[in-house]
Amino acid sequence: MSAVDLGLWVYLSRTPLLWLTLTLLAYAGADRLSAAMRRNPLANPVLIAIAVIAVILLLTHTPYPTYFAGAQFVHFLLGPATVALAFPLYENRAIVRGSLLPMGLALFAGSVTAILSAVLIARAFGLPKLVLVSIAPKSVTAAVAMGVSNSLGGDAVLTAVMVIITGILGAIIVTPLMNALGIKDWRARGFAVGVASHGIGTARAFQVHPIAGTFAGIAMGLNALLTAILAPIILRALGL
Amino acid sequence: MIVSLCLLLLCQLAGEAMARAARLPVPGPVIGMMLLFGLLLLRERLVFLPREMRNGSLAAVCRGLLQNLSLLFVPAGVGVVERLGLFERYGLALAVAVIASTVITMLVSLAAFRLASRLLTRDDDTAEIMQ
Repeated sequence: MSAVDLGLWVYLSRTPLLWLTLTLLAYAGADRLSAAMRRNPLANPVLIAIAVIAVILLLTHTPYPTYFAGAQFVHFLLGPATVALAFPLYENRAIVRGSLLPMGLALFAGSVTAILSAVLIARAFGLPKLVLVSIAPKSVTAAVAMGVSNSLGGDAVLTAVMVIITGILGAIIVTPLMNALGIKDWRARGFAVGVASHGIGTARAFQVHPIAGTFAGIAMGLNALLTAILAPIILRALGL
Repeated sequence: MIVSLCLLLLCQLAGEAMARAARLPVPGPVIGMMLLFGLLLLRERLVFLPREMRNGSLAAVCRGLLQNLSLLFVPAGVGVVERLGLFERYGLALAVAVIASTVITMLVSLAAFRLASRLLTRDDDTAEIMQ
């Protein structure tokens, strides 16, 4: 690279513009690919976009904070998007009202299972306490999980990554799993993936059926709330 | 569109303020979602609410955000580059824990949901939802 090119790169690689643009471009490309593969769950757009960006950051030796300075504008929208879940909730309120008891039961059972199973399995492998605390809130949406992890002495960045992996996994597994089990109730299908895999599972559920998406969105919102309450209690009970 | 975005941000802001002030362990955006839901329930009755809540503008903004929900997780996910060492050391254990926990959680939630709804309603009541 000549001195001029290098100067331009040094300048651009420090501005938020470059990394924001890369984030949107990578996702747009990944989404096209996913559409071209007829929304095959394995062609998960989040997974592809993250892989592409991660490789670019590693090849260009760009530190994550530099990348995040640009990508934060996208990350910020997680909050308003959570608020926006009120809309499908409102539109489907009649069906929701008829499912309050199943939702409550599934939420509580799922929330406890998500925290307990992750921590216990990880502990069986002898992982250190820092990792156990960081993995506990993995089933709730990124911003909330990072807050929970932080307040309990976990590693928020590790938590965020575990959250995303959990989300992508759930989004990949849910359709084949539910079809194999012969579940045709869109409420139950959506709710289960929303509890286990927050917003990425919810995004997948909206792709499959609007009712599934709505129930996933409710599950995601309520589980964020319940996990924030339950995670400290469960971790304390486990002596962590 | 600006008013609709303001509405979302105001609900989130109020939610964050309430969570902080009352020291609730509840995330601010989740309280914001409940606030917006409450406002939507009252939108025909409270005339002072902005017309964007009724004329489809808010609906379009919400739909736009939710259709691209998975994009919003990309920046946090790229954080994986910061923790490659941890994944090299504990990768297998973490993979087993996350895969098993996600599948078990989905199955438990599903079973609880189906059990409770079967106790509540007969099959013909839910037939329309199942289509």
